[in-house]
Amino acid sequence: MTKSLQKTVLDTLAYLVLGIGALTMLLPFVWMISVSFREPAQQYSRNLIPDPLVFQNYADLFRVLPNNAFLALVYNSFKISILTVIGQILTCAMAAFVFAVVKFKGRNLLFALLLATMMIPPQVSLIPNFIIFKYMHLIGTQWPLILPAFWGGAFGTFLLRQYFLTIPRDLVDAARMDGASLFDIFWRIYLPLSKPAVAALAIFVFKDAWNDLLHPLVYLPTDMQQTTLTVGLAFFQQQLQLGGKFTVLMAGAFLSILPLLIIFFIAQKQFIEGIALSGVKR
Amino acid sequence: MEYGLKPLGREKLWLWVMLVPTIIGLAFGTIGSLLATLTLSFFDWDLIGTPTWAGISNYVQLFQNESYMEAFSNTLKFSAMYVPSVVIISLLLAVLLNRKIRGVGVFRTVYFLPTVTSAVATALVWNMIYGRDTGILNFMLESVGLSPVCWLCTNNAMLSVVIVNVWGAIGEGMIIFLAGLTAIPRDYYEAAELDGASGFQQFLRVTVPLVTPSIFFQTLIAAINAFQAYDYIYMLTRRSGGDSSVPVAVFSIYRNAFHFFRMGDASAQAIQLALLVAVFMGVMFWWERRYVVYE
Repeated sequence: MTKSLQKTVLDTLAYLVLGIGALTMLLPFVWMISVSFREPAQQYSRNLIPDPLVFQNYADLFRVLPNNAFLALVYNSFKISILTVIGQILTCAMAAFVFAVVKFKGRNLLFALLLATMMIPPQVSLIPNFIIFKYMHLIGTQWPLILPAFWGGAFGTFLLRQYFLTIPRDLVDAARMDGASLFDIFWRIYLPLSKPAVAALAIFVFKDAWNDLLHPLVYLPTDMQQTTLTVGLAFFQQQLQLGGKFTVLMAGAFLSILPLLIIFFIAQKQFIEGIALSGVKR
Repeated sequence: MEYGLKPLGREKLWLWVMLVPTIIGLAFGTIGSLLATLTLSFFDWDLIGTPTWAGISNYVQLFQNESYMEAFSNTLKFSAMYVPSVVIISLLLAVLLNRKIRGVGVFRTVYFLPTVTSAVATALVWNMIYGRDTGILNFMLESVGLSPVCWLCTNNAMLSVVIVNVWGAIGEGMIIFLAGLTAIPRDYYEAAELDGASGFQQFLRVTVPLVTPSIFFQTLIAAINAFQAYDYIYMLTRRSGGDSSVPVAVFSIYRNAFHFFRMGDASAQAIQLALLVAVFMGVMFWWERRYVVYE
């Protein structure tokens, strides 16, 4: 009796804390959406429900910026993020396969070296990479954001290798009997069998590329036609501080997070399991 | 014996072809960059002229450079507030969610949202929420009779950016702790209960020791993120002319390299950041060997 009463009290307390916390977590999103559907004159109103409800801000996004810049921003972000995902999946999976399956001299040393690079802060690479791309005359183009995705990476290689290690060796031996080459085994057995891990990595990489602020800021010109949605929004805010419409800015912010929200709701399981995987099987 | 597929004949070539991208990455992206940055830190260079040898002067100047020392100490202050907050709050949330109550999935999704969404977009709305005269936060304070706060003024800006960064990070921490918590076998709790341990005692004597690997991992991740924190802080504290009211180490590296074109200074600052990470990791692994319980 007292035991079950105690449980009820504790569960109620847990709900209370979690509920207040959840409202705090949601407030910025709710506010963003609320402001984005208001009339500009109401941008500072404290009423949550827009009155009247207007869609004008979303239409304005495509009108206010010159030369359809908003569409260009969206296109640039998608292009860079998707190419980054392709590059990372391809190069990390190849390396992960070699480290997980193939026996060769220097394997452990090379893998240890790769893992050790996880400790190097990315800011350390920023200056030498900038200099290399400057000599290749690529500053101001999108290449410095895309090319590094095609040179592998410790995190992605490690994540996929962990998954590859769980694939039964018998499959490899059987394929070998049938005369399959190394590349066949990678392409026809390991990649198709690793869809959950590949999906998790793809989501992580897409998210980081889409949300990146520092690298586009360094490499891309401050021109709305060339840069990404994330950086475009940051510029847009500065223009707005001179007395613009926050309603339009919030519409832009909401549209910029929408693709990731959709991916997250569809692939929540992969996302969360990917995080847990990277944390537990360290 | 270690398992390994033996490459046959020409496959030896294939093997290295598959590793080429990774090796290029090591040469240019990570290890090569580290060496290049280290070298540059001993030179003065503006990206255009000829680099001139500077010895250790760039490092000596770091300590005399007031704006850099401010940025570096801001990074340390920020980390000291951010890391414990993230670890404690996300552990608490995970413990609450591990109570097998209904709606766990909904809470998990909600707390995780900021991890998915861009810091730039959410910082824009936080800017509105923090507004002194127009923000919803001060409105809430006033409606319960408290006086309004200038959230992004110099005195409070640090606390305000810590709040936003913690808000953005607890979802991920919570997931890592939940994975650690669900791995604790139930019979440990049953045994403790038979011995008459109360719920709180069970938490202290069973949960906390067995979750130390997750605490270790989460502290490490949170600290590394804190040393490199940039996006939210830049978006919330930037002033006209590209300056910031809470400059942090990464901001200083970026400014020196790509605004003032002082490559030597920026490189020395980047090396100092890398050293900070390395020293911190060393301390953490020492701590791990002493206190972390692995089953």
